[in-house]
Amino acid sequence: MEPLLEIRGLSKSFGGLDVIQDLDIVVHQGEIVSAIGPNGAGKTTLFNLISGLYRPDAGDILLDGKSVVGLRPDRIATGGIARTFQTLRVFQNMTVKENVMVAAYGKTKAGSVRAILRTPAQRREEREISRLAEEQLSFFGERLMGYRWNQPAYSLSYANRRRLEIARALATKPRVLLLDEPASGMNPNETLEVTELIGQLREELGVTIFVIEHDMNVVKGISDRVIALDHGVKIADGLYNDVADDPRVIEAYLGSGATTTK
Amino acid sequence: MAKIGQDEWVETAEERTSVDAGLRGRLRHLWANTHPGWRLGAFVLVAAIFPFITSSDFHVRIGVNALLFAILALGLNVTVGWAGVLDLGFVAFYGFGAYAYAFVSSDQFGLHWPTEATILVVVIATAALGFILGQPSRRLSGDYLAIITLFFAQMFVEVTTNLDRIEVGDRTLDITGGPNGIPGLDQFKLFGIQFDEITDYFYLLLAFLVVVAVALYHVDRSRIGRAWNAVREDPLAAEAMTIPVNRVRLLAFMFGAAIAGLSGTVFGAVQQGVFPSNFAVTLLIMIYAALVLGGTGSMSGAILGGIIVVSVPNVLRSPDPASWLFYLAVVGGLILLLRNPVRLLAVAGGVVALGFAIRGIVAGVWPDTVADAALRDSSIADGLFNWVVLLDVSRETAGNIAFIALIVAGLIYTTLDGWRRVAMLVPMIYLGVFAWENRLVFEPSVTKQLLFGAILVILMASRPQGLLGTPRVETT
Repeated sequence: MEPLLEIRGLSKSFGGLDVIQDLDIVVHQGEIVSAIGPNGAGKTTLFNLISGLYRPDAGDILLDGKSVVGLRPDRIATGGIARTFQTLRVFQNMTVKENVMVAAYGKTKAGSVRAILRTPAQRREEREISRLAEEQLSFFGERLMGYRWNQPAYSLSYANRRRLEIARALATKPRVLLLDEPASGMNPNETLEVTELIGQLREELGVTIFVIEHDMNVVKGISDRVIALDHGVKIADGLYNDVADDPRVIEAYLGSGATTTK
Repeated sequence: MAKIGQDEWVETAEERTSVDAGLRGRLRHLWANTHPGWRLGAFVLVAAIFPFITSSDFHVRIGVNALLFAILALGLNVTVGWAGVLDLGFVAFYGFGAYAYAFVSSDQFGLHWPTEATILVVVIATAALGFILGQPSRRLSGDYLAIITLFFAQMFVEVTTNLDRIEVGDRTLDITGGPNGIPGLDQFKLFGIQFDEITDYFYLLLAFLVVVAVALYHVDRSRIGRAWNAVREDPLAAEAMTIPVNRVRLLAFMFGAAIAGLSGTVFGAVQQGVFPSNFAVTLLIMIYAALVLGGTGSMSGAILGGIIVVSVPNVLRSPDPASWLFYLAVVGGLILLLRNPVRLLAVAGGVVALGFAIRGIVAGVWPDTVADAALRDSSIADGLFNWVVLLDVSRETAGNIAFIALIVAGLIYTTLDGWRRVAMLVPMIYLGVFAWENRLVFEPSVTKQLLFGAILVILMASRPQGLLGTPRVETT
């Protein structure tokens, strides 16, 4: 398998606190990789570094062999790394459909002059964006369809906002999708749905997925490989069962001397 | 397990959606379902016959002013309403446009460029200025950006006031004419048509309004417009969704600036002169008031707001319509405040009773002090003056005292609860009417501002999203 996303010797500290320390991670083309770890392990910081919101102190992040370190977040997103946020960040006062259409910005061209004049090329592009948005929204069955297209995003339920964030990220046509706790705040049924959906995304869109998740059922259900972080250091990397049984992982979660019951 | 994505709420959406009932609902429905193009067309039609139904140039001049404000509010709406960039330097762009027109269309430098070229150059130059003055938005947002841009607005006034005595070697250079400004600007001459009447400018502005509105409508519904909204809602998320935030913000700045510059040229030509005091912060506040009143983010709102902000104070200038508006505001405010027929009647009855009682006592004890109803030429029923005491002597002092008493009563009112609060309205209204009839109505220039402020307060309290705006939730 080809390595698609490669992280080499990545480090980041905030005022003396080392949040990420010399981290190496490889995500291959078409893989679904989960990152787990206790709160404060540096998972979200890792995502913020990959998506360019933070600048690493050291190390490199490569997408398909090309470094993305130092690029503006919008360039990175256009380049093929899309993400969702753990704390929901939908555009609340825009409609559901507009939220998704926004994300087509990077891969479309018509500027303000063409928009004012409504040139045929601009109209064609708008139709294309609209179609793309509808397509992404249809991934979630009926949930974000029909009348909801024109509803403001603030009217959506928590779970639906999570779905909307995923749809929005998909509209950037990513090669790697970073999902930050996609199942948090969802009920068991909805969690199951997310698990299925993540598999479906890879199947139908061929997108590589790197996901942070706390719900071990989700992690178990989706992951080809699991990476465990603690205090910014990778403590395990491998199949779900191996990582879940790794004494270092158990220690990180439960403290030393703890054992799990099977 | 349920089927993926099955959603009862969406499936039954149709059944739950009922057409808005009642007259208000139906009007809202009609408004929402009319294509904005038709709305604009209807507005243009009504506006176009305005110069025909009034014979006075003065009224048309007010119309010109209203259209200028409408266009300015449209421009400000791009920066503030859509892109969410708090630009307090907006009025500097308006001034820049006017001064730029003055430089090339007066004897100041002996330049008299053709109007068509001037407008084009000025619009582009103002957009470029917007690009430059918008640079702080790369680093700052919210209050901080507001302070910086406010500084730009102030600086514009200072610069234009002082750029008249520049010492270059042994010569003194006069660029802006200083506090005296640049008088004697050329009138517009567009495509062979020499403008000389105010009506000409009225129709030109109407045309500009249509062009600006249509252009902005198109941009709003394009990827640029969506990017503006996204940047307003959440710049960080927008960035992560492929939007170059800084570039998009600057573009909004430039759009606002270009539109302000365009309005500035017309303003200069209409006034046939430009003066630093034309572009003071008060003007900025009025443009903001227009936008907020109409509904930030709404184009129809911006246009309506611009018209209201200009026309209402002009209506208030003469005592008779001002009185009507005053009593309308009192009654309307009361209805909005109480929303309960029983309390409403109680307060109204209380006010009437209090009025007759006071008048009876005053007329009985000091019969000389009460003026005749005929003193005032007003279409408000004479009966009013048998109710409220209209003084013949020391009217001004009494009015001042009543006004201060009203403020005190208002302060007490805010500390009260329940029925006491409602009861307090009775003396407050009486004091208000007394102060109005004895003092305020004789001073239109002061009253105009006071009353307009009161109307704004009432409107914004009852409809915070503005007249035609959509309510927004706050985003962090």
